Amino acid sequence: MDYFLQQLINGLVLGSIYGLIAIGYTMVYGIVGMINFAHGDIFMIGGFIALITFLILVSIGLTFVPVILLLVLLVSMAVTALYGWTVERIAYRPLRHSFRLAPMLSAIGMSFVLSNFSQVAQGARVKPVPPIITGGYTLHESDAGFAVQLSNVQIVVVVTTVVLLVIFTWLVARTRFGRDMRACEQDQTMAALLGVDVDRTISMTFVIGAALAAVAGMMYLLYYGLVDFFMGFVAGIKAFTAAVLGGIGSLPGAMLGGLAIGLIETFWSAYFSVEYKDVAAFSILIVVLIFLPTGLLGRPEVEKV
Amino acid sequence: MALPVADQPIAKPASTVGFILKKAAISALVALALFSLMIGIRTEAGPSGQLIYWTRFGDLAAIVAAVFVGSILFELLRQWLGPVGTTVVVPPQVSKGLSVAGRLLAPALLIFALLVPVIFYNQRYLLDLGILVLTYVMLGWGLNVVVGLAGLLDLGYVAFYAVGAYSYALLAHYGLPLPLLSTAYPFITVEHLQLGVWSFWVLLPISGLLAAMWGVLLGFPVLRLRGDYLAIVTLAFGEIIRLVILNWQDLTGGPNGISGIPRPTLFGIPLTPGDDGLAAMLGIPFSPTHRLVFLFYLILALALLTNWVAIRLRRLPIGRAWEAMREDEVACRALGINITTTKLSAFAIGAMFGGFAGAFFATRQGFISPESFTFQESALVLAIVVLGGMGSQLGVALAALTMIGGFELFRGLDQYRMLVFGAVMVLLMIWRPRGLVGHRAPSVFLHRERTTIASDMVKEGRG
Repeated sequence: MDYFLQQLINGLVLGSIYGLIAIGYTMVYGIVGMINFAHGDIFMIGGFIALITFLILVSIGLTFVPVILLLVLLVSMAVTALYGWTVERIAYRPLRHSFRLAPMLSAIGMSFVLSNFSQVAQGARVKPVPPIITGGYTLHESDAGFAVQLSNVQIVVVVTTVVLLVIFTWLVARTRFGRDMRACEQDQTMAALLGVDVDRTISMTFVIGAALAAVAGMMYLLYYGLVDFFMGFVAGIKAFTAAVLGGIGSLPGAMLGGLAIGLIETFWSAYFSVEYKDVAAFSILIVVLIFLPTGLLGRPEVEKV
Repeated sequence: MALPVADQPIAKPASTVGFILKKAAISALVALALFSLMIGIRTEAGPSGQLIYWTRFGDLAAIVAAVFVGSILFELLRQWLGPVGTTVVVPPQVSKGLSVAGRLLAPALLIFALLVPVIFYNQRYLLDLGILVLTYVMLGWGLNVVVGLAGLLDLGYVAFYAVGAYSYALLAHYGLPLPLLSTAYPFITVEHLQLGVWSFWVLLPISGLLAAMWGVLLGFPVLRLRGDYLAIVTLAFGEIIRLVILNWQDLTGGPNGISGIPRPTLFGIPLTPGDDGLAAMLGIPFSPTHRLVFLFYLILALALLTNWVAIRLRRLPIGRAWEAMREDEVACRALGINITTTKLSAFAIGAMFGGFAGAFFATRQGFISPESFTFQESALVLAIVVLGGMGSQLGVALAALTMIGGFELFRGLDQYRMLVFGAVMVLLMIWRPRGLVGHRAPSVFLHRERTTIASDMVKEGRG
């Protein structure tokens, strides 16, 4: 039971990271109807930016951890958001009205560019960081000596995710930008006729998605203590699985799907085999798409001729 | 998708020097913000596991300057080429000449391919490169059946390549299992038949069939999916196959791969220096180039077989059904075409040729490991098909030649190779989304006169 509880905590933490990435997929799919294949690599770039910023801040003598964390968070969100904007500007905007495969292939190309760019710029080896947030609490200790731990890192990850989700939900539900975004999602031509700047709204969608992915990248760095140039690929596919599982286009669905994928992966590793955890995640993607193509919270798509 | 909104500026006055400079300055500023952390600072794990860093402001300045200059050049080039959307009118003589050249190109290429081992007999490197190019031509033609003809976007084609390679390697290693019936308990025994010199020729079709079976296996669950969803599921399928190969260490050797895969024989005559080898039989001195030449003609034959089958199938009802399905699946179903068999046959046939190519790859290398079957391979083959114009056989061959040749040019810059490949893929999509051979000749005509449909008139199927 204690073992189960521990895995539940681990799974929820991992799931919040996936959920943050999945929101980027689902937002972009909702508004432009394409799978932003490079989004996983944006997440990886976010991790790298966080790592480098952290290194600089420590080397100039900052020692107060909360200030460091806040600065790292802001810098990595800002720079990664700029990456998201640039990718959209270069690779997707010229293809807005092209045939359907074109943006997808362009996105695959962009994904190669980003991951190999960071390989060239930062080297192929894994970058480890010492644990930044240490300590934790023991929730419950069983007679057999197994203790259920809740570390401070896990608390930081979950709290940051929740706070960001609240801000994000407010942004989509209550602001001018959120209204524009939902309008473009429903009908771009109509939105344009009513004075919504469609191009700008789409750009902003990419910017926000990238900023959330940057947070996920930073949380990954804090939680696992390492980044490498290849981590975006698998994390990206899993987050996409999460978005599909939750119902693509649905924002709460993306978070829900992320948590589900995180839990499934953790429990699979804990009770079956670690080697096949990615196989499990990919199989879930296939199974979900076959039996539940609209996901948990998605709307069924009507086929028009 | 919504209709194109009027996003083209209306007759913008010719931009001034100031405008260009401003645009370039903005680009340079963005580049500075993007790269100051990623390029300006280099991190590395130090000797004691502690992370260290050093600065590279020179490189950063160079890149930002390059972006500035590049942006100016790009803007000038765009003004010189004129606004997007203007069509260049080709005089009829020129287009007629081009079409004659186009018709002569395929036979010329074929004759050249046949003569390559004769011309470059002493250049092993070029022969090796030729074999590599032809392998990708074959993979491209195989995938073209799925993507170009049937319109099913497959991002996991490398899975079938892997199935073919591993089928051949494993069956050649363990022997072909043959169930034998017997009268005594347990009534059925499995004997492993070692095939010796004939292994390649017996196992080649078996590898293809196994790959085709996997194609059907993948095809069944994805029957209802289209477009992007189909792409992502095939990608997941390709990764699953690779991960299983990687982790099933007892059978596949895991990351260490399988070595000592038997080399192909000339229908039973080995190409070895021994007494029973081909050289000894013909009474000529042995040379390792013989095997290369043989492999070259082998893959050429396999590739031409793929091409021939694809062209023939296009004229059969099944090929027509593929093309109809590519254009409009709903209409196709309304006309009574069985979508299930149409899709499954496309997957099976595409996968079969992938399997053949995989078996050839295994016998050529003599060693295979999961590293050869990553997603990058799938993306490369798909890029070849798309660059080739999706559906054009000649285009795919030319695209394979360009891509693999281009890859070889960047061999010295190994770590920049994939970076350049990704960038080329993006630029290509922007510049020519429909590939280099940008039109698709319809297979069926209502009227007698043959016309080609310009690419922008063809409404793409949703897949």
